Amino acid sequence: MEQDFEKIFQDKVDREIRIEPKDWMPEKYRQTLIRQISQHAHSEIIGMLPEGNWITRAPSLRRKAILLAKVQDEAGHGLYLYSAAETLGITRDQMYEQLHTGKAKYSSIFNYPTLSWADMGVIGWLVDGAAIMNQVPLCRTSFGPYARAMVRVCKEESFHQRQGFEILYVLSKGTEAQRRMAQDAINRWWWPSLMMFGPKDDESPNTIQSMKWKIKRFSNDELRQKFVDVCAEQVKVLGFTLPDKDLKWNEERGHYDFGEINWDEFWQVVQGNGPCNKERLDARKKAWEEGAWVRDAALAYANKKAKQKQAAA
Amino acid sequence: MSFLIHKLYYGDYGESKNGAADISTQQTNKAEWPLWEVFIRSKQGLDHKHVGSLHASDAAMAIENARDVYTRRMEGVSIWVVESKHIHASNPDEAEALYDPANDKAYRHPTFYDLPDEVKYM
Repeated sequence: MEQDFEKIFQDKVDREIRIEPKDWMPEKYRQTLIRQISQHAHSEIIGMLPEGNWITRAPSLRRKAILLAKVQDEAGHGLYLYSAAETLGITRDQMYEQLHTGKAKYSSIFNYPTLSWADMGVIGWLVDGAAIMNQVPLCRTSFGPYARAMVRVCKEESFHQRQGFEILYVLSKGTEAQRRMAQDAINRWWWPSLMMFGPKDDESPNTIQSMKWKIKRFSNDELRQKFVDVCAEQVKVLGFTLPDKDLKWNEERGHYDFGEINWDEFWQVVQGNGPCNKERLDARKKAWEEGAWVRDAALAYANKKAKQKQAAA
Repeated sequence: MSFLIHKLYYGDYGESKNGAADISTQQTNKAEWPLWEVFIRSKQGLDHKHVGSLHASDAAMAIENARDVYTRRMEGVSIWVVESKHIHASNPDEAEALYDPANDKAYRHPTFYDLPDEVKYM
């Protein structure tokens, strides 16, 4: 029986028919999706912190309004994704708990500090650029609620990348100090951005099954290469450089060759030893704990109102 | 929906490297705000369409949150919220029995009928 269900399920996936929450699905498919979607949601929520750091110090009212809108979007993206994950049978509070206890991961990139205003530009250009590279194929992922959430996310995300590039473009036309600041930010964020695509394909045990189930459409390495090719060209417009001496156009492959990623650093950050892991999680936990009385009060008020209404009826 | 998930793997970074965790997701949340489904009319004259869900303590808060979460770019002119527990849905396993009877009634469609070409505006 189980076998039949599995065959019908795979057949649907192969024919590009979306899977919806109430349809039968293999337990491992459900688990993989919960892991991936919640991790994605956590990344959006934690991702607000490094940029939130600069809202009060944005150099103009225009930049401040943009940054506020962008951070608010990220909150929204987290919420779309949390509700997509909830359709799989996990609750919001369980996901928060898994984040706060460190059981659930979020993108390693957000464990790096934002040291200068130029970091806001680089996060938009590189970090959101890498995210978009990952997210566009997810609009066609096999699980309906995830795909629909991603369509909405992608629509909103493109302004994020463009505003980042614009920040850098303006800095590139600025003073020598401003250009130095921008180049320094690119130097610090380039390699962590490449790590965002995850481990190399042969070390990524989730990829093969995820491709068969059409959760993922492209492998980590394929997307990373695409990202390098795009950025290597875009950086020329800015007149800056990417910090990789091995970066070189390879005529034969039709792609840019690039240097070896420091995977030790990547795993260190994933395992909690990045520059800001503790700070990020502490900020989330503090917000959660200090907001508890608000959540309780709102619920108590709603219950009281409901009772009053019942009594009056 | 209430079922247990006994084992979840976390971290898309590979399960052997600190991505894995045994988590029993037994329902323990006592004070979670209820879940609401959100429907939005994108412009006057169109239907309300389901856009997603969110948590809120009551209907008024659900509408306010829906405005912030789902209409940041003028996506809507009207919002409906319904507490998710009040939604009843057909069972996907019965889809065949439920919708098949319509399959053999092609005469319900205008294209079923052969009319001479001279007939205009019909």
